Amino acid sequence: MSGNANNGRRVVVTGIGVVSPLAVGAELTWKRLIEGQSGIGRITHFDPSELPAQVAGQVPEGPTEEGGLTLSDWVPVKDQKKMDRFIHLGLAAAIQAVEDSGWKPETEDDRCATGVMIGSGIGGLQTIYEGSLTVSSGKARRLSPFFIPSALINLISGHLSIRYGFKGPNHAVVTACATGVHAIGDASRLIQHGDADVMIAGGAEAAICALGIAGFCSARALSTGSNDDPSKASRPWDKDRDGFIMGEGAGVVVLEEYEHAKARGAKIYGEIGGYGLSGDAHHITAPAEGHEGAFRAMKAALKNSGLQVSDIDYVNAHGTSTMADDLELDAVERFFGDHAKNIAMSSTKSAIGHLLGAAGAVEAIFCLQAIRDGIVPPTLNLENPARESVIDRVALKAQKRKVDVALSNSFGFGGTNASIILKRCEG
Amino acid sequence: MSDIADKVKKIVVEHLGVEESKVTPDASFIDDLGADSLDTVELVMAFEEAFSVEIPEDAAEKIATVKDAIDYIEKQKAA
Repeated sequence: MSGNANNGRRVVVTGIGVVSPLAVGAELTWKRLIEGQSGIGRITHFDPSELPAQVAGQVPEGPTEEGGLTLSDWVPVKDQKKMDRFIHLGLAAAIQAVEDSGWKPETEDDRCATGVMIGSGIGGLQTIYEGSLTVSSGKARRLSPFFIPSALINLISGHLSIRYGFKGPNHAVVTACATGVHAIGDASRLIQHGDADVMIAGGAEAAICALGIAGFCSARALSTGSNDDPSKASRPWDKDRDGFIMGEGAGVVVLEEYEHAKARGAKIYGEIGGYGLSGDAHHITAPAEGHEGAFRAMKAALKNSGLQVSDIDYVNAHGTSTMADDLELDAVERFFGDHAKNIAMSSTKSAIGHLLGAAGAVEAIFCLQAIRDGIVPPTLNLENPARESVIDRVALKAQKRKVDVALSNSFGFGGTNASIILKRCEG
Repeated sequence: MSDIADKVKKIVVEHLGVEESKVTPDASFIDDLGADSLDTVELVMAFEEAFSVEIPEDAAEKIATVKDAIDYIEKQKAA
């Protein structure tokens, strides 16, 4: 394997879209994030009182101009019931990203060179739940004809391509909580390999339903100790952390071949510097000792980037507020070696919870915004670190910091790891 | 207009998200009201539910317009 094998085709980001527990909108989410706001609250999508975990990061309802979700602004009313909520949220983020990029393919060649790769960790869980109730009540023949296309994970990619006429590669990633990074990384490679010039890539998730929360509760993965104080529940690296907080939402970027973007005068947020993947081959939910799979993913991304460890300024950690936080910290310290003391690393899951299949995409967008604005977002609730580190974990408050290169980690059940490096685009 | 016709119209408006004025007796679900093949399957299910009738597949395939639906349901109800 040779490093930086990108066939001379550079990939840049020319559009961003976010739907998060802080806001619908990439810039309003970012503004509230660096102000230190929390998007975590008591679950209202269903009555959680039977379950040990009762808080989550839900997308706020409300007028679009105030950062709330008004679904009819994104999906026509008659189509809404044909799609699960994860598709609604994915489309809302994807439409933002496409509009932000200004890319409107006018010719058949341009349409065929524009693809979509938006995934999800779980897909239409609530739809599957409701469908199974219909069947179990003896009404199998009444199951909606839209049941299957509402639940299928690749249907965000499908709907988006139909809406805009994007006829290039149409794909979807499903790698649990690593989905978002894998989607952006794999879509970048499709551009590098010449399968497309533009790819709309990211992830979406809407698993805050009884089945989703109950399932993660049974796996002993969720925080249960802060039901009365939701904004304190997600506390990566803190000694009082007791599990992750589920969030919902979506993150989508428009990836574009550099010369293509330059030729049309597109605004460029940053460049995909490198991408690395690994598997743990260890356990279905627990990382291996020292998170060596994470270490290898970061190493692979660095090799792919052609950069040095010392070039990296900021890490957006996977940092889910579970016991695994310290294992990731071990791997990051080992990866950076002497440079560890110079970097900042934060977990934005402290503010928005864990968006599962959307997490990696939303966090990659935060990295681009950090590079653009020279601000790194905080790790909320990191009051008493469970273990000390030379790495500045940006406790409680955002910091002004020059960031030219950022690295984002995502790890998923099944032992799947992905790291992506985003950098300032130099002409 | 009969109660059945009124109710059919209401279901069509609700499921296809079209204006009531467009739901004329001769309006075709697919050609005039923007339905696709899955929409028509769902529409027939909604009729079955609302009127407590069974519409077998071969009969459902022949229901192309608003009037087709009203006629079929009225015949079933009269039987």
